[in-house]
Amino acid sequence: MHTKTLTELAQGLRSGKFSSLELTHAFLARIKQHQYLNAYITVTEEQALQSAKAADQRLASGNAELLTGIPIAQKDIFCTLDVKTTCGSKMLDNFTAPYNATVVEKFNQAGAVMLGKLNMDEFAMGSSNETSYYGAVKNPWNINTVPGGSSGGSAAAVAARLTVCATGTDTGGSIRQPAALCGITGLKPTYGRVSRYGMIAYASSLDQGGPMTQNAADAAIMLQTMAGFDEKDSTSVDLPVPDYRAGLNNSLAGLKIGLPKEFFGDGLNNDMAATLEIAINEYKKLGAEVKEISMPNLKLAIPAYYVIAPAECSANLSRFDGVRYGYRCKNPVDLADLYTRSRGEAFGKEVKRRILMGTYALSTGYYDAYYLKAQKIRRLISEDFKKALADVDVIMGPVTPTTAFGIGEKMDDPIEMYLSDIYTIAINLAGLPAISIPAGFIRDMPVGLQIIGNYFAEDRLLNVAHQYQKVTNWHHHTPKGFE
Amino acid sequence: MEWETVIGLEIHTQLATQSKIFSGASTAYGAEPNTQACAVDLGLPGVLPVLNQEAVRMAVIFGMAIEAHIAPYSVFARKNYFYPDLPKGYQISQMELPIVGIGHLDIEIDGITKRIGVTRAHLEEDAGKSLHENFLGLTGIDLNRAGTPLLEIVSEPDMRSAKEAVAYMRKLHELVRYLGICDGNMQEGSFRCDANVSVRPKGQTEFGTRAEIKNINSFKFVEKAINHEVERQIELIENGGRVIQETRLYDSVKDETRPMRSKEEANDYRYFPDPDLLPVIIDEDFKSQIKAALPELPQAKKERFKTAYSLDEENATLLTASRQLADYFEAVLKVSGCEAKLCANWITGDLSAALNKAGLEITDSPVSDERLAGLLARISDNTISGKIAKQVFETLWQSTSSADEIIAEKGLKQITDTGAIEAIIDKIIANNQDQVDQYRSGKDKVFAFFVGQVMKEMQGKANPAEVNKMLKTKLAP
Amino acid sequence: MSLTADDVKKIAHLARLGIDSQDIDSYAKDLSGMLDLMTQMSELDTNNVEPMAHPMDQAQRLRTDVVTEHNNREKFQSIAPQVEAGLYLVPKVIE
Repeated sequence: MHTKTLTELAQGLRSGKFSSLELTHAFLARIKQHQYLNAYITVTEEQALQSAKAADQRLASGNAELLTGIPIAQKDIFCTLDVKTTCGSKMLDNFTAPYNATVVEKFNQAGAVMLGKLNMDEFAMGSSNETSYYGAVKNPWNINTVPGGSSGGSAAAVAARLTVCATGTDTGGSIRQPAALCGITGLKPTYGRVSRYGMIAYASSLDQGGPMTQNAADAAIMLQTMAGFDEKDSTSVDLPVPDYRAGLNNSLAGLKIGLPKEFFGDGLNNDMAATLEIAINEYKKLGAEVKEISMPNLKLAIPAYYVIAPAECSANLSRFDGVRYGYRCKNPVDLADLYTRSRGEAFGKEVKRRILMGTYALSTGYYDAYYLKAQKIRRLISEDFKKALADVDVIMGPVTPTTAFGIGEKMDDPIEMYLSDIYTIAINLAGLPAISIPAGFIRDMPVGLQIIGNYFAEDRLLNVAHQYQKVTNWHHHTPKGFE
Repeated sequence: MEWETVIGLEIHTQLATQSKIFSGASTAYGAEPNTQACAVDLGLPGVLPVLNQEAVRMAVIFGMAIEAHIAPYSVFARKNYFYPDLPKGYQISQMELPIVGIGHLDIEIDGITKRIGVTRAHLEEDAGKSLHENFLGLTGIDLNRAGTPLLEIVSEPDMRSAKEAVAYMRKLHELVRYLGICDGNMQEGSFRCDANVSVRPKGQTEFGTRAEIKNINSFKFVEKAINHEVERQIELIENGGRVIQETRLYDSVKDETRPMRSKEEANDYRYFPDPDLLPVIIDEDFKSQIKAALPELPQAKKERFKTAYSLDEENATLLTASRQLADYFEAVLKVSGCEAKLCANWITGDLSAALNKAGLEITDSPVSDERLAGLLARISDNTISGKIAKQVFETLWQSTSSADEIIAEKGLKQITDTGAIEAIIDKIIANNQDQVDQYRSGKDKVFAFFVGQVMKEMQGKANPAEVNKMLKTKLAP
Repeated sequence: MSLTADDVKKIAHLARLGIDSQDIDSYAKDLSGMLDLMTQMSELDTNNVEPMAHPMDQAQRLRTDVVTEHNNREKFQSIAPQVEAGLYLVPKVIE
């Protein structure tokens, strides 16, 4: 059962081939069997079995939705009522959320079965899942390599078929990069498309939740449930949600693809360039036209991002102070000690690094040079995209400079790690949607193709991805030992 | 040396909304600790703020009332600092682009009007409360107040004495209550004041170094705290010292200010636009809706009362101090059809005195506008005299009867029957021949004696004008 | 641009962030590296560029003023480190 896609499982549940309870048992058994991947922080077995039973009743009564009875796992950044919600941090190791995130609530309403909470980089800060308080997640394609981050647990779990689908969040590439490194499909929607309420904030103006699945058709089903206006989120956009499955089979004849020369220049290694070229040729065969474009300010995305994201996070993480919830140090002697030690003892090194960076960038005398400057550059990058997308339908490029790197390989050099986000970060600054889909292998490790679309053009992205997946089989590959 | 005091006030007014500025929790005062602190107020992980429309509307009303610029585009910013009553580690406030820009408020000092500039007014969230009673030597935190909407009104350093500062504060207090945007309850902290105080040698143009005195919560304390602080600064400078820029706390028991220990270190608040909130856009539509619903402002009302009703300055001021009182006056005027001066005198006189004595507001007056109008109408048409009216008023206050019922029941109707008055006058003239002689020999003062006798005989019900007229004729030599 | 150990201590204090003394130099090095990365930004003239705080050019939505949240203290305080009589407790605050 675990090899099937969400779309197939939904059909199976309807035709009575198997029950949600059987499906849930099967996945729970796989999670136990492959615990060493460290993809889950919490497995909610009892709750899952109960939801599965309820889902079976709903299926029998005939008022089921597509997701009813489908096993799903949540990135541990989403608050789940009465379930431990850690955000990958010691700070929240003792935190049981007293409310549900809007996204979680929506999956509950749809009757999806939550298997558990997935491992992630601490507070979503990291590109390798190595900053998690709960330890590194292993990439199922090679357990000595990283699955990417910050939604590393989500990507590994979907790739290893420890869940049918998973949620992720993407602030600078945190859905797309792990999806690429683990050979799955990951969609970062337009900023404002999916509610951020209950999604623990890293960088509020960049964070966006999205689906991580085996293929684009499954992502369409998940996004259908996740997307939509939420009155609890001021940045949520009040636009109707289209039927994401309706356009999956539209023809790509005449599709205009832009290839930024900044993406395919010197920085990209030959293997990666060759693999992507093959993928783009497939699109030409499907009737698409390819055009070189230029986005001159793209190179400044990394410095701008590493000012804006840390600045926002430095304030977002101030609430973790040991007063109302979360970690409190032992025997604080005074208030200053309570703050300093609780935060000092419970935050990991990468989180501290970013809080320090953000605090510095916002402090008196530096605000204009760093924060304001970065916001101006953000505008320029966003304009670059707007101009480009006035000419082409989608932009394509790599997701990552290389395939998955070794665990521990980049942990000592944070800057090197930051630079690996080069192809994904600019999209968050602009707030655009983008999808990463499996596009081949280099030395048996998966490679992702990134497709960037216009604001709220998720339906178009899913269509473009789905058409490719109809003529290729990269997304059917399963890592050895997880078939 | 002669010193000049320079004062600017920052006044925090809690806006009288039902729910908090960024959450749906109640703002009601006095609930059990932390029972009105919801997930958003507590700053739980993942929660987000959504702005309360009413708070925006109230800020705009205030801006219009002080003839200020209303920003078409204003932005919320995060003010970062750690304090246990500040759950998120930052306060959502406005920094560079406040909702209300430059405006002004006129105060009166010894009959002279002085214009005080208002630099800005911005929206922000209130913090919780720290309770220092002994909980095992710890401090208790109540977050019910966290997230209550505040309008912080910042004045220019335009005041030159504690007296002016108090006058400004009173005027503002009157205004926010008049507009219905703040209940003005100072005991409950709905209206709080920080004062920036400095001194400089008279004639010097640069400002001296200022000290900020925090949280002075009564008019009396503002005056005392400022006066104390001014003395302290002058003494310090005259003894060769220097004022340092710092935050001080007023101790009302010891009547002194002292530095706040928690604010010792210079703060770097690291303001930046709150990414969880979008810019607040106030378009002409929104403004004209508010303008249409804007009540007549105290100053305009006062001027109208003076011109339309020919009221004197004192009565006009008193009657326009609150919207309710002014409305009451206009209702009485309309229903009774009496002269405005008569209505005004009764409301600022007898009625106000009775309300004061009973500790009641005009809205709780036992004598409704209609019943008072009923009484004044009878004075106007000479049914009763002013003196009898006072008697009727007392009964009005204690009962639910109308003035007419009381007059009829007690037989207080003025006697205007000249025959009846004439008979009494004749009798009194006959019985007091000595006084008649005195009067006729030129002792005019005796006339009052006859009026008194007639009134006494007639139990005050005689029409005084009629009595006067008739007595004059009868006593004529 | 490089940061000294003292700079790091100052920033850490602003952020109320305890840092092991043996790690201070490595933070100083990492942050200096990040700042070097950021100097690239100054090469671009941005004088006439409006700063961009949000991806969407939208206005703040306003919520109707109604009370929608009710007492949930018991649940919220069940996850608190220290409470007494409904209050969150912290070491003594001196004003």
